[in-house]
Amino acid sequence: MGTSFGRGGATTFQQDLQNADCILIEGSNMAECHPVGFQWVMEAKARGATLIHVDPRYTRTSAVADMHVPIRAGSDIAFLGGIVNYVIGHDAYFHDYVVAFTNAPTIVSGDFVDTEDLDGVFSGLDAEQRSYDPSSWQYEGATVQASSGQREQEPDTRVAEQQGSPGSHSGEHQPSVSGSGRGTTHGSGGAPVPSSVERDETLQHPRCVFQIVKRHFSRYTPEMVEEICGIPQDLFLEVCRTVAENSGRERTTALAYAVGWTQHTVGAQYIRTAAILQLLLGNIGRPGGGILALRGHASIQGSTDIPTLYNLLPGYIPMPHAHRDEDLDMFIEGASTAKGYWGGMRSYLVSLLKAWWGPHATEANDYCFDYLPRLTGSHGTYETVMAQMDGGCKGYFVVGENPAVGSANAKMQRLGMANLDWLVVRDFSLIESATWWKDGPEIETGELATEDIGTEVFFFPAAAHTEKNGSFTNTQRMLQWHHAAVEPGGDARSDLWFYYHLGRRIRQKLAGSTDEMDRPLLELQWDYPTEGSVTEPSADAVLAEINGWDAEGRPLTSYEQLDEDGSTACGCWIYCGVYATGVNQASRRKPGREQSWVAPEWGWAWPANRRIIYNRASADRDGKPWSERKAYVWWDEDEAKWVGHDVPDFDPAKSPWHRPPAGATGAQALAGDDAFVMQGDGKAWLYVPAGLTDGPLPAHYEAQDSPFPNLLYPHQQRNPVRQVFSRRHNRYHPNPSQPGSDVFPYVLTTYRLTEHHTAGGMSRWLAYLSELQPEMFCEVSPELAAERGLEHNGWATVITARGAIEARVLVTDRMRPLTVQGRVLHQIGLPYHWGPNGYARGDAANELAGLSLDPNCHIQEVKAMTGDIRPGRRPRGAARVELVEEYIRRAGITADTGMEARGGR
Amino acid sequence: MNIGKWPALRQLTTNDPSGRGAAVKSARTEHLTPRTVQADSIAKSVCPYCAVGCGQNVFVRDKKVVHIEGDPDSPVSRGRLCPKGSASLQLTTGDARLYEVLYRRPHGTDWEAMDLDTAMDMVADRVIKTRREHWQWDQDGKRVRRTMGIASLGGATLDNEENYLMKKLYTAMGAIQIENQARI
Repeated sequence: MGTSFGRGGATTFQQDLQNADCILIEGSNMAECHPVGFQWVMEAKARGATLIHVDPRYTRTSAVADMHVPIRAGSDIAFLGGIVNYVIGHDAYFHDYVVAFTNAPTIVSGDFVDTEDLDGVFSGLDAEQRSYDPSSWQYEGATVQASSGQREQEPDTRVAEQQGSPGSHSGEHQPSVSGSGRGTTHGSGGAPVPSSVERDETLQHPRCVFQIVKRHFSRYTPEMVEEICGIPQDLFLEVCRTVAENSGRERTTALAYAVGWTQHTVGAQYIRTAAILQLLLGNIGRPGGGILALRGHASIQGSTDIPTLYNLLPGYIPMPHAHRDEDLDMFIEGASTAKGYWGGMRSYLVSLLKAWWGPHATEANDYCFDYLPRLTGSHGTYETVMAQMDGGCKGYFVVGENPAVGSANAKMQRLGMANLDWLVVRDFSLIESATWWKDGPEIETGELATEDIGTEVFFFPAAAHTEKNGSFTNTQRMLQWHHAAVEPGGDARSDLWFYYHLGRRIRQKLAGSTDEMDRPLLELQWDYPTEGSVTEPSADAVLAEINGWDAEGRPLTSYEQLDEDGSTACGCWIYCGVYATGVNQASRRKPGREQSWVAPEWGWAWPANRRIIYNRASADRDGKPWSERKAYVWWDEDEAKWVGHDVPDFDPAKSPWHRPPAGATGAQALAGDDAFVMQGDGKAWLYVPAGLTDGPLPAHYEAQDSPFPNLLYPHQQRNPVRQVFSRRHNRYHPNPSQPGSDVFPYVLTTYRLTEHHTAGGMSRWLAYLSELQPEMFCEVSPELAAERGLEHNGWATVITARGAIEARVLVTDRMRPLTVQGRVLHQIGLPYHWGPNGYARGDAANELAGLSLDPNCHIQEVKAMTGDIRPGRRPRGAARVELVEEYIRRAGITADTGMEARGGR
Repeated sequence: MNIGKWPALRQLTTNDPSGRGAAVKSARTEHLTPRTVQADSIAKSVCPYCAVGCGQNVFVRDKKVVHIEGDPDSPVSRGRLCPKGSASLQLTTGDARLYEVLYRRPHGTDWEAMDLDTAMDMVADRVIKTRREHWQWDQDGKRVRRTMGIASLGGATLDNEENYLMKKLYTAMGAIQIENQARI
């Protein structure tokens, strides 16, 4: 969403779903995974909205939907692309919205060549390096910097040109640069756009974005959708008609998705296709519209905003890269934009450095920019696991997470941990990540012996949310403060306590060191007030630092106050305002019934307490609501400002007819109809000229392991730049037309249950929840049960080239066989909550998953895999390993299987 | 014994056919009060499971959490909680929680108890040592100022303030392999 709109958060909020005329839920089982939020879907339904659920399984979401559309897991781009084609082909797009607020009229460089003309890949592919050079995707005569995603793809060239050495883009460090992972689907972004891009508002120019999008999706026909997704044409066309009829001036459609869309080797492009559709229909920034990303953890949005992620600094500022960002000026040159709010990059970063290094950060020393460690490639969690196995990474903190069963290729996670010097696990109970050395699957199979494992393990008991103050950022970008009810018992402590005191001890031990490597630690601003009997650091004081202060120490109220001269400090610029006037805005709790449905006085949402972002687009070019029924914010002529139900996501005093003066930069360069204020051109992007590693438009590629050839691009089976790793414990399945592919004939897809949470660390140790969902199971159709001799309530063994697990069998009509490319396909549902510890036990679905990653966000593909199923329990001991090896032999799998960039049919 | 006071009979005769009202009250239940009423204080909180962000009221008596229920004031959840949120009393006060630090020495076959202070000190020493041994000033002739020896996983279940201190400390340490569930 970051690359399409400029910020990577949900564009709307849950309560606003009630205003939708149609809700399309896909890649999510909202009724079971976000049940309380689902009440707003039911409110919409009660008001007459149509609910569509697209999912491989029939779930409780499907049960209350007007339409359930069973789909083959891994084919959503073909499905959504088909709707895009319908909307354009039937002139059902919202013409005035598209022309005003998207880049549809913008002319693209003549160098760009689409998948149509390159056999399924885009121009710029270097198949050997498995990367794209995106320079040919640019606008005509322009260099637009991405608002988020892979920013700094271009700066190599830009900086090099300034230095008089053009063409360095293909330099030898290119592979590591392209893999540096600047991307995040959750980003907040923007960068330099020339003062004018060429636009054709008639949308007729053959190289305008609209025509390119139209041609690109023209092969996504209802026939193709039927063949690829297994969805009958009449059902598909009914979805198209419903969505189109419920969009436009008077009506809006909302989209909701979860990890059913992200966990693929083309995951970011799934979301992109949804964004294109919602923009064409004019549903972004308007009530009852938008795209709601449904996140599965209390603060998963927060942990990307203030990132515990390798490629980002707080507020979606990219981590500097060794080869490009040698000093502050080079970094700003590469990462900021000439137009839009990313023009303030220097202010945001300097204020962050001031928050971290205080008086030590001065103009003379680049505000300690040199203290930031540098990236040299992709350093994601899966690369880290491989570095652990290879011996380069020796210490590991695991904090409220359970990779031994909760991360893909669980075996590699454990083997990585078995090769560490030390491991710290912080959790409530002895989760599998704490005990694998004693009772993990490899101990049982004999692959590891406890006495041989040299890893030192520390288990620290964690404090619960009731025992600490702090804020969570929920799925709609809203920060809510939770108050400590009691102090934690025994040695249980908050993570705030752990990191504060760990930092304090390290700094004490290093005190007096003159070693240059210790300076960033010794000069770090690390004095927080503590309170209570356990000397808990004040979370309130940390939030105040995140918000920031001016030279006099007064709390800031808005990121517009941030300065690049070092006079302001701010720990996360997009959260600036959360502590405005010295008041913790996240703890505001004016009851919902005493406010409008927007509830602006409950908690605080970034940015600037806006609840629907890009809401300037809820009014037309002249600032009038598109319709009275869908009025949200609008231009008040008499007051000469933007007013309405929400905080305008726009300069409140900038008239809709404003045109920036020549030479204006940053926010000043935005015109009165540039509704997407983070974007380098002020427009939402149907076509992404920069910021994605795998193409400016989504293309349907088959999953890494798929039983079917790619019908849309017959010469390109998979995403050519997906990340794959040829390793002993990470083998892929044969291509669909190769011998051996029939060894893994079924599609596997993982999912969650209402009664459990993620890898079970917060649910499998609870008696209530364990009783409700006591053990691992798999869902199969009666037809598959008959085909494989599986019995309801009996046992089955599920096998891939990575592992074999057992599960109870649930035979149910909820799993419907699909007809795909003329043959019957069975799909198997696998909840992924289990592991061998706790009250509710079972094998982990992640034993089956291999590591193949989306090249933008480096997320694993677990929503569409293949495998085999057979009746009975899995073998015990060494025989479990032998079973997997037998399958590998039988399928003819080698180190090269599934590794090709091009072709791969 | 007064047969007329039997609950089953009262259920039929006193306009309480479902047996959820006055018919099932006894002298004992008459005097029961909800835990919510007995509480000394109520802390306003947020459910720690998924990202819907349901409001919770946490009831405290004698410095112990005695009850957790949905907060009707929340505009998002309007007082509702799902099975997980409803079980959060057990999450926070259940018998499966551990309250002591455990240590497994290299090649050890079992856990050993350890006091918190010693464990913190040992972890600080290991961070310093690993950082020194795996310190990197340059790669391919470019300054990197980092250590690839230390990694971290976790954050999506934590508070913003906790993530902030983690990122701040790790960055100052030179550790870059900092990740969380958002990538999983």
